[in-house]
Amino acid sequence: MKYYDMTRHVRGESLFADDLLVPEGTLFASVFSSSIAHGKILSLDFLDAEKLAGVKKIITAKDIPGQNQIGGIIQDEPLLAESEVHFCGQPIAVVIAETQLLAREVKTKINIQYEELPPVTDAREAYAKGMLIIPPRIFSNGNVGEAWKQCDVIVDGTVETGAQEHLYLETQGAIAFPTEGNGIKIISSTQGPTATQRAACKVLGLPMHQVEVDVMRLGGGFGGKEDQANAWAALAAVSAFVTKKPVKLILPRQEDMRMTGKRHPYSIDYKIGLTKEGKILAYEVTFFQNAGAAADLSTPILDRTLFHATNSYYVPNVKAIGLCCRTNLPPNTAFRGFGGPQAMFAMEAAIYKAADKMGIEVSIIQEKNLLKEEDEFHYGQLAENSKAQTCWNEAKEKFDPGQIKNNIEKFNAENKSVKKGFAFMPICFGISFTNTFMNQASSLVHIYSDGSVGVSTAAVEMGQGVNEKIRLVAAEIFSIDKSKIKIETTNTTRVANTSPTAASSAADLNGKATELACKNLFKRLISFVKNEFNYSPQDKIDFRNENVFCNDEAIGLTWAELIQKAFFKRVNLSAHAHYAVPGIYFDKEKNKGNAFSYYSFGTAVIQVTVDCLRGTYVVDSVKAVHDFGKSFANVIDRGQAEGAIMQGIGWMTMEEIIYNSDGKLLTDALSTYKVPDIHSAPKEIEIHFLENSDNPLGIFNSKAIGEPPLMYGIGTFFALQNAMKAFRPEGEFQFSAPLTPEKVLLGLYKE
Amino acid sequence: MKNEIQFICNDREIKTDLHPATTILDFLRKNLQLTGTKEGCREGDCGACTVLVGELDKNEVNYKSMNSCLLPLALLHGKHLVTIEGINQKELNPLQNAFVDEGATQCGFCTPGFLMSLTGYFLSNDTFSVESAINSLDGNICRCTGYASIKRAVETVTNEIKLSGTSSTTETLVSLNILPDYFLMIQKRLAEIKPFINQRANDVLISGGTDLFVQQWEKLLSSDVQFLQRDESTLAIWIEGTNCFVDAQTTISEIKSSAILKKYFLQLEDYFQYFGSLPIRNRATVGGNIINASPIGDMTNFLLALDAQLHLKEKNNERVVPLKNFYTGYKQYDKKENEILSSVSFPLPKKHFHFNYEKVSKRTFLDIASVNTSIYLEEENLQINELHLSAGGVAPYPLYLYKTIDFLHNKNISPQVIKEAAEIIQTEISPISDARGSAEYKRLLLRQLFFAHFIKLFPKIISLEEVV
Repeated sequence: MKYYDMTRHVRGESLFADDLLVPEGTLFASVFSSSIAHGKILSLDFLDAEKLAGVKKIITAKDIPGQNQIGGIIQDEPLLAESEVHFCGQPIAVVIAETQLLAREVKTKINIQYEELPPVTDAREAYAKGMLIIPPRIFSNGNVGEAWKQCDVIVDGTVETGAQEHLYLETQGAIAFPTEGNGIKIISSTQGPTATQRAACKVLGLPMHQVEVDVMRLGGGFGGKEDQANAWAALAAVSAFVTKKPVKLILPRQEDMRMTGKRHPYSIDYKIGLTKEGKILAYEVTFFQNAGAAADLSTPILDRTLFHATNSYYVPNVKAIGLCCRTNLPPNTAFRGFGGPQAMFAMEAAIYKAADKMGIEVSIIQEKNLLKEEDEFHYGQLAENSKAQTCWNEAKEKFDPGQIKNNIEKFNAENKSVKKGFAFMPICFGISFTNTFMNQASSLVHIYSDGSVGVSTAAVEMGQGVNEKIRLVAAEIFSIDKSKIKIETTNTTRVANTSPTAASSAADLNGKATELACKNLFKRLISFVKNEFNYSPQDKIDFRNENVFCNDEAIGLTWAELIQKAFFKRVNLSAHAHYAVPGIYFDKEKNKGNAFSYYSFGTAVIQVTVDCLRGTYVVDSVKAVHDFGKSFANVIDRGQAEGAIMQGIGWMTMEEIIYNSDGKLLTDALSTYKVPDIHSAPKEIEIHFLENSDNPLGIFNSKAIGEPPLMYGIGTFFALQNAMKAFRPEGEFQFSAPLTPEKVLLGLYKE
Repeated sequence: MKNEIQFICNDREIKTDLHPATTILDFLRKNLQLTGTKEGCREGDCGACTVLVGELDKNEVNYKSMNSCLLPLALLHGKHLVTIEGINQKELNPLQNAFVDEGATQCGFCTPGFLMSLTGYFLSNDTFSVESAINSLDGNICRCTGYASIKRAVETVTNEIKLSGTSSTTETLVSLNILPDYFLMIQKRLAEIKPFINQRANDVLISGGTDLFVQQWEKLLSSDVQFLQRDESTLAIWIEGTNCFVDAQTTISEIKSSAILKKYFLQLEDYFQYFGSLPIRNRATVGGNIINASPIGDMTNFLLALDAQLHLKEKNNERVVPLKNFYTGYKQYDKKENEILSSVSFPLPKKHFHFNYEKVSKRTFLDIASVNTSIYLEEENLQINELHLSAGGVAPYPLYLYKTIDFLHNKNISPQVIKEAAEIIQTEISPISDARGSAEYKRLLLRQLFFAHFIKLFPKIISLEEVV
């Protein structure tokens, strides 16, 4: 059974936005952006560039027909800078020309003068200057102040996590076409077609029904195209609207890297208190989130940081403070994990520091505090169907950490300059958008008169296999071959008011909606069969392998024949269904409630080897027991886990975003920003699907898989430090990620 | 006479008079509408645009993987260009099947590039192993899969495919349905293409162009360009007396697999696996690496430690400049405008010599060095008679460590001497902080790599504990 999309990918036949044949006369847009991080625009002079042959127009904020605003949650982000610029790479103008090359070349002829203002690039500095995007967010339970008195051990410290570039292989881009009646159709590489539609409508000053957004597939998104696809689609839309011609805008890699936001860097202060046995009693943590120059999705990302402050552990007294700090970096944005990974890294660091002080194994503290059934999180939700301990125990049983530890100790005793290390990494990740209203989706299913089926949903395919999962849902319910089912592009005119494909939830939400729509059709067809063939209401009609059965006997009617008959008897062969996740709510004043539909759990064991002469290292193995619920697409789910782990390892090791003090990105190309290659993948990767897991809240009892395994990668950091400790036992290592070969070498040798 | 570039793209003949610096990536996507070849980075760092280029060599067509974003149209004359569309058949081929079965493709954007690299691997090797097949993917980045499924797919197909001794590689791959059968006619068709006569004025001389096309591809499109290529009748690497000569247009792949060089440098393949990626090594040249004058050039670093000489030609005059004296500042060197680097020579290593090369970068493969260093050493009873030592990434140009070499001359190798030498190194380098590391790190790293030379070459005399 082949996966449909994959069979096209391997032939190079899958189309991405830049692959589409565009009509004759299509124009090309190139974005002119700020070269400084903070300042006033004194003058902007095109020096007759607009009159050059082949140049159509140069668009600035003045040309925007509607509002110059694309901020989704908080209205603080102009599409094009007007009088001030707030980050290096902020769009100022768009050159529209007959060729891509010319549009790019014309940018070099634009003369701009700035009055430079001092940039702020550091979150703590921004906080000190009062530059908060929203007031501090506080999630808490128990009484931390009282709890410290009961603690035998208290440690505190600071943790730093770096930014991470999404590096979707397909860069951002969109093509906009003028439609009759002054409307616009946009083909966009976006994870959120409706958000893109809204942004375009706002800048065009059009009602939503005048703007259609269509998405075929994405060459990777990882959160980077959840909110940040909007600017490029809106710019293409304005360009098409103004020129009355189709306009294509695809960002070259370097511009994509300079202009778009990353995973948020965090600076974190923590304090943790435990009993002498290692039971955590209290945890206080302050997150300085570097949001960049505009809010973007920083506020819900910060909330998820606070939700996941205690990772997979039960802590009775928690105070978690989130500070959303405005700086002069490109607006940071969603990235697989959505604020969760930073929180979990801090919690693990706190445990490591405590274990170090207490002189005990880290895993003793980890194990002792794992969530039990119905333990209460600091935001009031209970850990139901908790698999934290189950996964941990199964990992211990399968991977024999005792043996691993012995082998490593033996190796380290025998080798002076090469050291091995290992770490456990348990995870717990909540599934749902924490903005409750977003947990809805709909699906439109057409059965065509020949029996083939088309399904439209809100889900955007970006490699995570959501289309295949939806196809499996429809095929299962109709009991027809997958080849009869086509998943259509994601289009705002077919499925409206969609939530973005994000929060790991697209398969659940859109799968459930499709399940409902298919079941409606199924019911309609059953009653048609009963009427048509005069069966009684008690007769059991069902479909098996494209044949109609009554009371377990084939009635000699195929699926195709049934559909044709139904069509001629004027049965409605289309259905639309809407799904809203039940049982979730969250009080944003008290910061209490059941924010999540369910949780995903797992435990990984990571082993590494460090060359202590050169500071380089390899990840020997990542082995995990992960709770997939009941997976119904193993190849896809395993691939999601393996890919997420690699991205997590990249974030913890080699992926280093460097801005200089002027706010300029130094790592703006693949030659300077390194993501894992085939040689840096773990030598061994072993994913066990937790057995006997069930999840009625997920599609077909499965669990969401997109984000959670990324956080296993965090264990790599601690495994590396474990190996470094073997070389330099007295070393005090900083909890500063990524742990690049540079930081390893300096950590091993610096006085 | 119209000056047309003529080649075969997949099964189709192509004639074009477009600018010779037009990249194959643009030509494929814009002119031929073959969009299976993707633009991921336009700097040869992601492999999404990987294509195969087949070149006629006597009775065979030799295929190599290349980054089409760095490959100019001019170089394709008389060659066979293969894209993903050119390996597609009615049904999925065994490589494509394995990728689908293992889920070795997620978003699909990088996938054609991976498949082209892998196809290139089977086309250009006589024996297959899982490890070397995976190595052939060192220029391909995938952001989705984490590579585990790709490795599984490669393992499956590599174990399935066996070449028979009797038929050619192409014939075998066609019989296994890995290649469509039009491949069998390519050799004959290529032989019919007449040579291309370059009639353009010389403005920009381009060797492999793997850096130039990253930095200046737009500018090249409005320049007169001439592409330097080795005359097929001449040797790439040869020995004259006690010297080894390397033609400036020799590619890094040719260096890496050179039988002559391997006789002296047993670990040659290991050293040069860290140079770019396979598609880059297939294009980048020794001369290009030297004239590009990057402070961290891997080839330059290697040659400095061999005390290489550069042979610069201007019409019929030849001038010889020692590489160690060639560079005068950042991207500045002792070459007159009309001089062309024709070859590089170095004295053949003496009988009892030691050589080592060290490179550390943020990512071990396909990355530019934070610091690299090479050492050539002759000793007798541990007394150093001859020494050359280079360091990259610690100065505005590839450095020959004169002072350290002077200090070590005639010294006996001991931990104390090595420690003292490491101190001297610190006085002759001037690293800066950049994306590849802080100055502090580069100083420490060079010290460590200098120790690494001696720990590797003289493990009984020098150990890490004794020097740090």
